[in-house]
Amino acid sequence: MLTAKSIKYSYDPINTFKFPDFSLDSTEDLLILGDSGVGKTTFLNILGGLLLPQSGLITLNGTNYTDLSNKDLDKFRGKNIGIIFQSPYFVNNLNLMDNLLFSLFLSKNQQDKNVVIELLNQVGLRDKIYSKPNDLSQGEKQRASIALALVKKPNLILADEPTSSLDDNNCDLVVSLLKEQSQLNKCKLIIITHDARLKKHFKNSIKL
Amino acid sequence: MNISRLAFTNILSKPTTTLLSLLLMSLGVGIISILLIINNHIEKQLDNNLRSIDMVVGAKGSPLQLILSSVYHLDKPTGNISYKEAKSLNKNVLVDFTIPLSYGDTYKGYRIVGTNEKYFDLYNLELSQGKIWERSMQAVLGSSVASNKNLKVGDKFFGTHGFDDHGHVHDNHAYIVVGILKQSYSVADNLILTNLKSVWQVHEEHDDCEDDHSHDHSNHDHSHDHHSHDHSDHDHSHGHHSNDDSNKMITALLVKFKSPVGLVQIPRKINEETNMQAAIPLFEINRLTSLIGFGINTINIIALIIMLVSGISIFITLFNSLKKRRYELALMRVHGATRIQLIKLIFIEGLSLSLLGTLFGLVISRFSLVIISSFTNKNQSFTNIDLSMINSELLLLIAALIIGFIASLIPALSVYKINIPKILSNE
Repeated sequence: MLTAKSIKYSYDPINTFKFPDFSLDSTEDLLILGDSGVGKTTFLNILGGLLLPQSGLITLNGTNYTDLSNKDLDKFRGKNIGIIFQSPYFVNNLNLMDNLLFSLFLSKNQQDKNVVIELLNQVGLRDKIYSKPNDLSQGEKQRASIALALVKKPNLILADEPTSSLDDNNCDLVVSLLKEQSQLNKCKLIIITHDARLKKHFKNSIKL
Repeated sequence: MNISRLAFTNILSKPTTTLLSLLLMSLGVGIISILLIINNHIEKQLDNNLRSIDMVVGAKGSPLQLILSSVYHLDKPTGNISYKEAKSLNKNVLVDFTIPLSYGDTYKGYRIVGTNEKYFDLYNLELSQGKIWERSMQAVLGSSVASNKNLKVGDKFFGTHGFDDHGHVHDNHAYIVVGILKQSYSVADNLILTNLKSVWQVHEEHDDCEDDHSHDHSNHDHSHDHHSHDHSDHDHSHGHHSNDDSNKMITALLVKFKSPVGLVQIPRKINEETNMQAAIPLFEINRLTSLIGFGINTINIIALIIMLVSGISIFITLFNSLKKRRYELALMRVHGATRIQLIKLIFIEGLSLSLLGTLFGLVISRFSLVIISSFTNKNQSFTNIDLSMINSELLLLIAALIIGFIASLIPALSVYKINIPKILSNE
């Protein structure tokens, strides 16, 4: 269960973002649509526990993580929230296998190579397991970053504009991959985007 | 995967800059380490060879030269003194014992020293083979002399006048080896010991015709007063001088006092009232080490600067790679890495570079000393160098770690203040 309630954030005293309340059941998906400048990324950062709101609370499975100390928030985020950024980031000196294992290490999960291999297989990167991130194509990077967010089996997946740079075909592929993987891992999926193409894939959506 | 594995992967991913940092650090540490080992070695040698010698009496000249030549057998002798006059010191109540030394000849670079049995006691010398001399022209070899020149008991050799190989060979007086000493880690390892008479005997025949060598004849007036005839040993006298001690010359006399009072009175008395010179080894050696110390300090400072440059190189390496890796570090935070874990990552990278550089430096210094000592086998100063870790090198290790720590500190602080959303959303 994820609940967001009366969240406000301001970068300066004049403009304050007020974000809508919502609540999601255990394996529900949510699409958050918004045009540029309405605070999409800010909302994602707040939901992801990277940015603390000025007011309001977010509860994930009973824990209000806007109240946690820095260190506890790091741990909580590591364990419960997987974030897919607009441009995929990796630890560039490590191959895909080690990137995923490192994520497992940081979230204090068991570093099971079989889990990693299976997941990379599912996102179609079976033969790139030992490739360095910089040797991957843009599409492969996107899929790898989905695997990277999923490997620790988080309760919540947040995706920031995952399809903005993709054509229709790839857009559909990535969205179904995200939905399929979040179903498979029994986690909530929130996609924040301006990409109206995604509307048809989601029954829950809110507009900022 | 864990933090330290990532740290080492990062270090290995940029081999050239890593190599530069390592090279600078090991160069600095290596130079200081070599100096420390040599300094340690010299000090040990100086102390070890000094034993309980309180004063050395010899011909007038440089006191340091007298000490270096008589105690350490490094320099040329200052000249000769009358054995009779020197021996009269024994009558002084403040004197515990004296040991006469007569030298000036060498065999293939190893000094031949005429002395008496007391010299064996002074350095606790023990024989590994053979026996001590019973007659003139019998020699006991230091362990290094025997092993380096392949001499055995029963072998014969000729002394050469002076300290290089081009001197006059005393080819009508062969020494015979009667004993070989155990290694004593003192100057005696590199000496050929014999009795005083042997040295006199070798030089008797041409004593008057050689002026250009190190035997100084300034004390001839003393050696010619023939009124106290000490007829102790009359064997093996050939040559035109009578074989008593009265007109014999020695090169130096080592003196041990019964009480420190001797140190206050006797040297001044000798220097003022006789033609001889008295030198205090402790003073001269302190003077010498302070002179060497200045040079060593200068080189140390240069090496320290090299170490600091290595620290700066580590700092730049870390700082540059951090700029490139800001996204990575933010990503790690997103994945649940705490600030402490990221700081740990930086410090492992920085400290392992400086630590590894230091260890390389310590190994390199020993390696080069082994090579240096193999080239200078003959030179006693560089044989038997103790290559084990010395205490001051521990300080060196700590200094290197501090440099690595400071070099990592600023990058680590910048990691601490990292603003995750800003880095990950602003491309």
